Amino acid sequence: MGNLRFRDDAALDQPAVALSAFLDQSNATAVRLEPGEDARLLIPHLDRIALIEVAFPKFRDGRGYSAARILREAGYAGELRAQGDVLVDQIREMRRCGFDSFVPDKPLDAAVVKTTLERYDNVYQRAADAAVPVWKLRHG
Amino acid sequence: MKLLTGNDLASGAVTWWTGSGWSLHVEDAADVGDQGDSILATEEAARRVNAPYIIDAVATPQGPRPAHIKDRVRALGPTVRLDLTLKPADPAAGNWVI
Amino acid sequence: MYKYDQYDQAIVDARVDEFRDQVRRRMAGEMTEDQFKPLRLMNGLYLQLHAYMLRVAIPYGTLDSRQMHMLAHIARKYDRDYGHFTTRQNIQYNWIKLEDAGDILADLATVEMHAIQTSGNCIRNISSDQYAGAAADEVTDPRPWAELLRQWSTFHPEFSYLPRKFKIAVIASDEDRAAMRLHDIGIQLVEREGKLGAAFYVGGGMGRTPMIAPLIKDFVPIEDFLSYSEACLRVYNRYGRRDNIYKARIKILVHEIGADEYRRQVEEEFAHVKTLGIDPPVAELERITAFFAPPAFEAGITDSVDRSDPDFAVWLDQNVKAHKQAGYAIVNISLKKTGDIPGDASSAQIDVMADIAKDYSFDELRVTHAQNIVLPHVAKRDLYAVWQKLVEADLAAANLDLISDIIACPGLDYCSLANARSIPVAQKIAKRFADPARQRDLGELKLKISGCINACGHHHAGHIGILGVDKKGTENYQLSLGGSGAEDTSIGKITGPGFDEDGIVDAVERVTDKYIQLREGDERFLDTYRRVGFDPFKEAIYG
Ligand code: HEM
Ligand code: SF4
Repeated sequence: MGNLRFRDDAALDQPAVALSAFLDQSNATAVRLEPGEDARLLIPHLDRIALIEVAFPKFRDGRGYSAARILREAGYAGELRAQGDVLVDQIREMRRCGFDSFVPDKPLDAAVVKTTLERYDNVYQRAADAAVPVWKLRHG
Repeated sequence: MKLLTGNDLASGAVTWWTGSGWSLHVEDAADVGDQGDSILATEEAARRVNAPYIIDAVATPQGPRPAHIKDRVRALGPTVRLDLTLKPADPAAGNWVI
Repeated sequence: MYKYDQYDQAIVDARVDEFRDQVRRRMAGEMTEDQFKPLRLMNGLYLQLHAYMLRVAIPYGTLDSRQMHMLAHIARKYDRDYGHFTTRQNIQYNWIKLEDAGDILADLATVEMHAIQTSGNCIRNISSDQYAGAAADEVTDPRPWAELLRQWSTFHPEFSYLPRKFKIAVIASDEDRAAMRLHDIGIQLVEREGKLGAAFYVGGGMGRTPMIAPLIKDFVPIEDFLSYSEACLRVYNRYGRRDNIYKARIKILVHEIGADEYRRQVEEEFAHVKTLGIDPPVAELERITAFFAPPAFEAGITDSVDRSDPDFAVWLDQNVKAHKQAGYAIVNISLKKTGDIPGDASSAQIDVMADIAKDYSFDELRVTHAQNIVLPHVAKRDLYAVWQKLVEADLAAANLDLISDIIACPGLDYCSLANARSIPVAQKIAKRFADPARQRDLGELKLKISGCINACGHHHAGHIGILGVDKKGTENYQLSLGGSGAEDTSIGKITGPGFDEDGIVDAVERVTDKYIQLREGDERFLDTYRRVGFDPFKEAIYG
């Protein structure tokens, strides 16, 4: 399985431009964030962005997780894509941080993705997804 | 001489390439010469060894002895628990290690 | 003690299932070792010198007899009949088979234990004061807050791939028994105008660049506890260095941008994070706190102890500490009998300690960062009986905080990162100072040994510290003096050229001889060192 998408809307048919290019030119609707780039620079422009692609050149580099949450916390509702060295055992954390599409360098096994995403029924903390933390379940 | 060593995938035990398979005993280790990399690649891919690497060693009448202290400790076991080493009954077993 | 509810249990059970599946995929060749390694590491499974090593989490060092018995069971069934208690209040097994890992986790899960957060670049097992709930000087029991942090940090989706490992300690008294300021975040719970809050120290650590954490915020209101922690972590996750593994710890970030700038960024992030509703409601804090209510202490029981057995009296004076409840005491079980391997305990000893805890300490035990075990709540009238049982199990060494109560990492006998062996050095020093009267005369003297610069043995924080280095393929040991992991935190200073194994034992003795010569009144070694400085000792060592 190549790409994974957890959205119902049609995929955008436009290449993502680099952050600096995006900030200079006003008509692009897809932008790509490299690990060291500040996601908050996009906040003033979120209403006209349809796709933000967050690069994961190395799976160990976790800056993109914060970038994703920051964008979702700012109200971004468009496609949030993780691209690069994305491993199957990371998809769940990424989903929780707000990613809803994946373009991994190496294809993922669909069956493993499914069991991985369904394995945990409970979470301990609030994040960018709809999962309800157990403290909320405990106390209503 | 050069030896090829690693760990057994399932048990984690330290193993040494004998020329035709893997042994727990460094005394069985064979000189891999310049073949180390290719044996390593085949054996690792077949999961007959985990985390393999090539080391320098010297040949002695008692068998090959790794050049680096770390691999000598691996060959024996913990020097502070000789009862857990491959030669628990031999109090002198650790003498060549340190 | 905290007890799992169905949610906690479900999470740990799912983890067992997940790791079993990961192991299966690795054994079946669906994953390479490169792909599997970070996954097994996140579950505390290392490949060490002789086999796989499994680290099991003991959250904030607290466990009950059932859990302690399980640790013995794992040692017996899956390992070689012993375990190693670590400076991070965990336990390590050195001879684990990959094919057994799933079963071990399943066994652990039956007693609410796991190996989550014991490795990897995530928030690690939270550590705390081993006397929590028993110490007279605490403003509150720190463990509910450690448990809150445990839950919050377990599989935290944003902080699973931090620049580097992340260690948090929580204490609640001015006396620091947990080396709080040598953690990535050290938290001291404090009271101000009748309200509970937390002082946050951020950016401490040991390793190759030891640093003492600066105070980042003196009072975080308790209702902001998690939000503030989240802000601290987010700033680190975004800006901690990732270009160089040796500079990736948060201490380097805080050091490079400065405590003031780090604080400013955290405050800014906190103002935002606080709007997200991530702090659980008061009801949840109360739920957790209720688990740590004091046990049913008997009122009015005797405070006097019969000291007529002289061996018992020596142990009593050295290993038993004051309890906040009249009639009770805190018992320290030393795992450092002369000749022992520091921190190692056999399954039989682990079982004995569990039984004693059940019968005499309200079913509770603690693991200390000094690699000892604590029975936190023993009635004074039972102390003699407890001591007799410890004597029988060879667990009654009366040397707490003395020179033979050595912290030592596994070193080159077990650890693949080591430069030199730590354990034999610890054993030789303990033998050199084997005379108990001599040890007591030397008084409190914290000697700590690491087998390499990673400092797992806290050598930087030793009154006397020893670091194993590699000198052209042979083992060599550097000596340092004047460190402390207590509330007077300091980093030891290296004395000069290193020594071989026997040389380092001699050098330690020259230092202690000098101390005896220079001390005034009842000064500890550390006090004398601080008063007279480094030079007299250096001269004594090198002539
Ligand atoms: C045997 C396997 C072990 C390995 C591979 C290992 C690895 C490491 C490494 C690489 C570091 C340095 C981290 C850094 O500076 O960024 C470290 C630090 C540390 N480890 Fe270990 N360790 C092992 C065992 C232990 C044991 C047995 C203990 C306890 C006795 C321990 C406790 C610690 C502590 C307290 C630190 C210092 C944390 C700091 O730098 O702030 N480790 N370990
Ligand atoms: S200090 Fe070094 S030798 Fe000792 S356990 Fe840590 S990594 Fe291993």
